[in-house]
Amino acid sequence: MSPLLFSAIVFAIGCYITAMALALLRLVRGPSAQDRVLAMDLICTIAMLILMVLAIRYRSAMYFEAALLISIFGFVSSAAMAKFLLRGEVIE
Amino acid sequence: MHLPLITLVALPFAGSLIAALLPTNARNAESTLAGVIALLCAVQVALLFPDIAAGQVIRQDIPWLPSLGLNFVLRMDGFAWMFSMLVLGIGALVVLYARYYMSPADPVPRFFAFLLAFMGAMSGVVLSGNLFQMVLFWELTSLFSFLLIGYWHHRKDARRGARMALTVTGAGGLCLVAGVVLLGHIAGSYDLDVVLAAGDAVRAHPLYRPMLVLVLLGAFTKSAQFPFQFWLPNAMAAPTPVSAYLHSATMVKAGVFLLARLWPVLAGTDEWFWLVTGAGLATLLVGGFAAIFQNDLKGLLAYSTISHLGLITTLLGLNSPLAAVAAVFHILNHATFKASLFMAVGVIDHETGTRDIRRLSGLARYMPVTATLATVAAAAMAGVPLLNGFISKEMFFSEAVFLAASPGIDRALPVVAVVAGMFSVAYSLRFTVEVFLGRDKCGALPRQPHEPPRWMRAPISVLVLACLVVGTLPQWSIQRILETAARPVVGVLPDFDLAVWHGFNLPLWMSLLSLVGGIALFFALRSPMRRGHLAKAPLIGRINGKRVFRSLLARLTLAGRHTRRLFGTRRLQMQLMLLVLVTLVAAAVPLRRLGSEALLAGGDRAMLEFSPMFALMWLVGAGAAIGAVWQAKYHRLTALALMSVAGLVTVITFAWFSAPDLALTQLSVEAVTTVLIMLGLRWLPKRLEDVGRSQPLRVRARARVRRGRDLSIALCAGAGLALLSWAMMTRSFPQSISPFFLERALPEGGGRNVVNVMLVDFRGFDTLGEITVLGVVALTVYALLRRFRPAPESAGLPPQQQALPADLVTDLVDPYSDEDPARGYLMVPAVLIRLVLPLAAMIAVYLFMRGHNEPGGGFVAGLVLSTAFIVQYVVSGTQWVEAHMDLRPQRWIAFGLLTATATGLGSFALGYPFLTTHTAHVSLPLIGDLHVASALFYDIGVFLLVVGATLLILTALGHQSVRGRRVRDNEEDERKEGAH
Repeated sequence: MSPLLFSAIVFAIGCYITAMALALLRLVRGPSAQDRVLAMDLICTIAMLILMVLAIRYRSAMYFEAALLISIFGFVSSAAMAKFLLRGEVIE
Repeated sequence: MHLPLITLVALPFAGSLIAALLPTNARNAESTLAGVIALLCAVQVALLFPDIAAGQVIRQDIPWLPSLGLNFVLRMDGFAWMFSMLVLGIGALVVLYARYYMSPADPVPRFFAFLLAFMGAMSGVVLSGNLFQMVLFWELTSLFSFLLIGYWHHRKDARRGARMALTVTGAGGLCLVAGVVLLGHIAGSYDLDVVLAAGDAVRAHPLYRPMLVLVLLGAFTKSAQFPFQFWLPNAMAAPTPVSAYLHSATMVKAGVFLLARLWPVLAGTDEWFWLVTGAGLATLLVGGFAAIFQNDLKGLLAYSTISHLGLITTLLGLNSPLAAVAAVFHILNHATFKASLFMAVGVIDHETGTRDIRRLSGLARYMPVTATLATVAAAAMAGVPLLNGFISKEMFFSEAVFLAASPGIDRALPVVAVVAGMFSVAYSLRFTVEVFLGRDKCGALPRQPHEPPRWMRAPISVLVLACLVVGTLPQWSIQRILETAARPVVGVLPDFDLAVWHGFNLPLWMSLLSLVGGIALFFALRSPMRRGHLAKAPLIGRINGKRVFRSLLARLTLAGRHTRRLFGTRRLQMQLMLLVLVTLVAAAVPLRRLGSEALLAGGDRAMLEFSPMFALMWLVGAGAAIGAVWQAKYHRLTALALMSVAGLVTVITFAWFSAPDLALTQLSVEAVTTVLIMLGLRWLPKRLEDVGRSQPLRVRARARVRRGRDLSIALCAGAGLALLSWAMMTRSFPQSISPFFLERALPEGGGRNVVNVMLVDFRGFDTLGEITVLGVVALTVYALLRRFRPAPESAGLPPQQQALPADLVTDLVDPYSDEDPARGYLMVPAVLIRLVLPLAAMIAVYLFMRGHNEPGGGFVAGLVLSTAFIVQYVVSGTQWVEAHMDLRPQRWIAFGLLTATATGLGSFALGYPFLTTHTAHVSLPLIGDLHVASALFYDIGVFLLVVGATLLILTALGHQSVRGRRVRDNEEDERKEGAH
């Protein structure tokens, strides 16, 4: 792995994790429930991105699949939460 | 031709299964089946007599768990032969009798199925060559006795009697288990042959006394010995064939069978003498005395049975070989005359409609044959000369006279023997004279009495004939059988002479004395009893065993309830705290001994390089976890979001340390859990934030203390777990089993994904258990939620739906009032999500197919597909989904389990053990080289089951909303109708 790629990977992960920490702050502080759900959705996206970077780092396609699954499941969680906020029950 | 011994046990059980499946009114088919089986087995046993009489012991070993040295052993010696003859021979007669006794309205399949199963269990007790196996069959006899006593379960006395019999004999059976464990421990083996040969070692062992007491408790409860005799009279609620079979001839004899079986091992000590003779004598007297005062014919016979069992026990307790021979003889004699007497009572009950001695009189006019037979049998019971009861009683008298025991017993025993003889003469007279002779009172009876059908009388005639033959020609008829039966019990047979006439000796005078005394006693008591006095036995009539038993049971229940209240709690918080505390203490004790420094120091494993990014990510995860706890009380949705963040960080951690398999599984479980908790949130009680401030100071202070306590416990538990993980992960384990699996996965399991190969191949059996549990849990959740009614405060509409007035004009379409339920909220996401379903299905198939070699497998694939289904429910609503897709999660579960089991059984067909994997490589056009393992089909089962279980649990919760709406609509309709 070239040093440039390695440092790029380190930098990217650092950025993502900082973003994650900031999103967590939003998630804890709110103030509205919609803010929190949005923050959680963002964290899901960040997690997916981290996995993709890890895939580059470990040169393994398997991480892309995990990223794919995160994107599906993250969407499901967000949709369920949105439904819960809108109607007060997830399945009606 | 001799069938193997196992048929004697297996055939009745097989017959029981067939009998249970026959139609309800097939009385003839049932009784023919049962009769043929009993007769076939009895003839088999009879054919074995020449071999057995020659001293041969027939043994059959069937390997069961050979690795543990446990075999299914059947063993027949002379004593077991005699008991088998009793069980099967009298069984055949009882079946014939029951054919006519049972009314056409009774559900006979149940009766004959239980009777046959009991026969098999009793055969098992008698023929067992292993003590544990015998105890197993012993418990089975208790169980079938319970079912047979409670056969008429619409009757209260039957239910109560059955329960009492089961409680007493079952408790005794438990004692017997403990006793047998001790006995096997002392003898060094549970094999009967080994145990029988170890008599001296057993008697000298320090554990002999506790073992003896436990074994005797088992035997005494079964044989209704004092003070456990009370269950037998209450068991008379059973149909009369059952009483004749179980409660006179066979099951109650199991106790004395055990005493005689273990006689060579246990007898010969003072403890044995005092305990066994003491209980036997007390039973003999109490039973005989109480029998005189019974007004119910079956009650009289029950007490008389108790008394005769006491006599047998006494004989076995005397530590004399001759007495033991007499005991074996009396077992045989009592079975013949008592079974026939019970059947005669059944006939009387059947033909007159009552069993009350006070109402019956002069029956001999109407049923002369039955009366003659019953009188002969009763005379045998009383010990009248020329009948079989006389000979065994004579043997008892001579033993009582010539026994050299301690001085007090020497004198008392003959007196007790004569008194007991008087009692038996008195109650036998009461049975015959009061019922068959005397004035004709039959006009007042419920039915006009007449002779029973000929075949109903036949079993009685056979048994009474046996009494007569044995009584008049003992040497010719029974001597050889008795010698054969008694030899295994006593070892070396003593000299005995079964002559009817021994000359004028002391036992004969005792016999005459008891006859005369009994007649005198009967006439002395006759007139007060006719006048209605002495309805209960004097002295002992007040002591009501039934009442004592019930109050004991009630007290036991009460004590249990008190203990539960004292030590138990229904509050989940408390239970959880106790659980954590106990775990904490259990882990802390060994750690303390080890010293915490050793733990903290870490192990010898090489560590990874420190990565600041990873640390930061973990800070985020830890922050989310702490935040979730912080918010859990009032902001549940926030706490849930924070929790899924913590879960995501875990997923990334797994991926980071190259465990993508775990990451995939964790991820899918996270998503399903989030949806599940959110479904539950709807039904939790609403937030009550302001309550705290209005509480008095004391309450608030207490709450603070409680929270502080919980916090410290949580911190301790968390820190301990972290410490343990640290200690585990810093050490390498050379003896770990991981290398084994890593090496063998590809060559033996045919897959490169070790985790998956373990799940479906190496540990396939565990997985089968796990998926079965998962299916059971899903069905249980479904069943519980079907009848679930939410708390009233959360039953109404959620605030979001209340906020919109019903008549508000809005661009949001209410799916419940619109014609097309597909239109509704979240219409744009709904389109996207419907597109997700085929995509998710494809991913699921991909993950599944690849599972054997690379991360994936049935479990993850199942979760992916079920999540895709669930999200359809979320956006489109239950109505829409169920109108468009026929999901039926129960069928998914069933097919999954069937597929997995069938795959496992498939290897049986090819001659391999359960769940052996077969691998094949197939080349297909277009697709290319395909790797097919039979584990793949197993994994399909896992996949189907996971989809079904997840769907079933989540939709069961989701259906609550639909049902709640329906209930509310109904209420509203009713209110409107009320207003009109």
